[in-house]
Amino acid sequence: MCPSCAGHHKAQPVEDTTELGWTPGVPEPEDPLRWGDKFPKGAAENLRNTQLRRNLRYATHKIRDKRNDRVAEMPDWEELRDAASAIKHQTMSNLPELLEEMERNVQARGGIVHWARDAKEANEIIHQILVEKQVDEVVKVKSMVTQEIGMNKYLADRGIKAWETDLAEMIVQLSEDMPSHIVVPAIHRNRAEIRAIFANRMDDAPADLSTDPRTLAMAARAHLRKKFLSAKVAISGSNMMIAESGTLTVFESEGNGRMCLTLPETLISVVGIEKMVPTFKDAEVFAQLLPRSATGERMNPYTTFWTGVTEGDGPQEFHLVLLDNGRSKALADEIGREALHCIRCGACMNVCPVYEHVGGHAYGSVYPGPIGAILTPQLTDSMDRHDPNSALPFASSLCGACYEACPVKIDIPTNLVRLRQRVTDANRGGIPDMWDVAMAATSPVMASGKAFDAAGRAAKLGRIVAGKKQRIGALPYPASMWTGARDIPAPPAQNFRQWWKKHEEEK
Amino acid sequence: MKIALFATCIGDAQFPQAPQATVHLLERLGHEVVFPQSQACCGQMHVNTGYFKEALPIIENHVRTFEPVLDGEWDAIVVPSGSCTGSIRHQQKLVADDAGRTELGKKAQAIAGKTYELSELLVDVLGLEDVGAYFPHRVTYHPTCHSMRVAKVGDKPYRLLQNVEGIDFVPLPEEKSCCGFGGTFAMKNSGTSTAMLADKMTNIASTKAEILCAGDYSCLMHIGGGLSRIRAGIRVMHLAEILAGTKDEPWVSPSTNTTLGV
Repeated sequence: MCPSCAGHHKAQPVEDTTELGWTPGVPEPEDPLRWGDKFPKGAAENLRNTQLRRNLRYATHKIRDKRNDRVAEMPDWEELRDAASAIKHQTMSNLPELLEEMERNVQARGGIVHWARDAKEANEIIHQILVEKQVDEVVKVKSMVTQEIGMNKYLADRGIKAWETDLAEMIVQLSEDMPSHIVVPAIHRNRAEIRAIFANRMDDAPADLSTDPRTLAMAARAHLRKKFLSAKVAISGSNMMIAESGTLTVFESEGNGRMCLTLPETLISVVGIEKMVPTFKDAEVFAQLLPRSATGERMNPYTTFWTGVTEGDGPQEFHLVLLDNGRSKALADEIGREALHCIRCGACMNVCPVYEHVGGHAYGSVYPGPIGAILTPQLTDSMDRHDPNSALPFASSLCGACYEACPVKIDIPTNLVRLRQRVTDANRGGIPDMWDVAMAATSPVMASGKAFDAAGRAAKLGRIVAGKKQRIGALPYPASMWTGARDIPAPPAQNFRQWWKKHEEEK
Repeated sequence: MKIALFATCIGDAQFPQAPQATVHLLERLGHEVVFPQSQACCGQMHVNTGYFKEALPIIENHVRTFEPVLDGEWDAIVVPSGSCTGSIRHQQKLVADDAGRTELGKKAQAIAGKTYELSELLVDVLGLEDVGAYFPHRVTYHPTCHSMRVAKVGDKPYRLLQNVEGIDFVPLPEEKSCCGFGGTFAMKNSGTSTAMLADKMTNIASTKAEILCAGDYSCLMHIGGGLSRIRAGIRVMHLAEILAGTKDEPWVSPSTNTTLGV
């Protein structure tokens, strides 16, 4: 999007991507929690994009290795994870009380608290404040929750431009794309693509822009500096809210967030109600877990804490918008409650082999990867087979790498399996699909030694199909989903229990 | 010891070489192996695909079949599969509890306490790291996700393999990455599964191994099926098949069994 005509310009399909120097991404959707095709189809699209796959492989492996190093040097990592899990458990059990405590303390320190039931309400509250402030542009700290409510689009439709100031978010915004990772939103882009995006879309990009990371960062820095100095209002999310003092925090790498949090006159923070911890002491646990899990750093370079307003220092007006948007409903549910423990570090995405191959856009939600696969269907209540999000719990090989990496020990694989069961159960009674038929048919066979033996013997027919080479290479649909890329050996002439019988007799 | 064998459904019907080699190995080591005839499957495929209701009778059958271990009829149950061991330990109770069958869940949990994946049985229960095996081939090992992260067998398979005489063991790069099988995932998300498999095969080929070994024939069916398709000239074998033979008495799986790869 050309910055001069920002806000009143809809994404046009790009004809010649070679001219642009990058492949267009996903235009901002109507619903940031439900867009695009069902997962297998979206994934198939991305699997064809070799550049994307290379970028993802490079980046996820790099962060993965860094994280492993930083975790390995912690003697008490497992204890920290247990502590974090316990704090989150306690927080979720007392969430209403903690939120009220937070509200009281923010108000006591001169802040204004708003409650938003859903995305629409949150956007209306934010828009109303901006109308009162008579501004047509704001600066933003990178925030997943503003992505979740589609705030930028909402404001743009009403003539207000929200400038993303996080480097990666800015890249995504300039290329009219959607973020594909919750910590590293432009993980699907490489340096050459970023250079092309800047050169094409940044009005003040230097003419001699190279792909050198420092040069790119300096260009972004110069571009953003003007926005920081002119913006009257900033909008942020928060990594953590501390109930006992009414404090909010942002953990970041670049310092752009701190510019937003300290320079403008008014600060609006939109935060999901689950981002709560009871005390300052609890925050210490997460301050150790979060940067190590997210970016593989011992500590992130900039950590900002703020509490209400302080006369003569920082924003003089502070609004806190507490967002529900499906969270209360998730909280009332066993699986949903555990999903709300998530601190948005992205570690599960960085280790996930599925994410590594297909990228974040394939999940059709601003929350991709393993955590997204349990969180998104919960937030959107998507158990019906026709809902694209119902495919998300199946978008995993259940390898368990996410559970191993999660700093708050969310048992993602088990919850995926339980969500699969819910999707299955919610769709019983209609026209059975291929899986309903297969699972119902195999159940009695696999519940009896005799039936299983009989079926095994019958399967010997497969040897005829397999032919002389004793290898099955091509079968019609649905088996072609396997044989498209993999052979199946012919069934053995003798199943194990037949062999066992002979073996027993020979003894 | 008197050890009950759970051959696993895939071992019984499709890859009998794994349970056969397990029997051969344990008998060679002087143990008595029994095969309870009413066994069929642990229920994992149904559970992982979301069909808890259909999994329940399978789990009931498994519990009924292996219940005698609780009365001391057998000393232990052996499973030549990490994922089935994991399913027995974590999923059977989950499904039973979900259906309100607390007693069944408790019994499943008690049986799980006596159930060991093959390398666990050898190292932890029988106290063996050197089983006297001889296998003069270049071998690499894929730890399989569920052996590693659900059954948590740790480095036991490696310790067993490293004590095999004549073996040329070569570590697999990125060994901890999933091969993309994931049960019905391989069909429901065929494209993604295949892309994951391609990376796994590239790593396997880079080792120049003749044989890819693992403790799970489900993953081996997937990887072996891929290696066979690209004519990679690399065979897949279960850990039990490598440990079963000695110098004096090499173990050869019955000729009626088909193998994958080559």
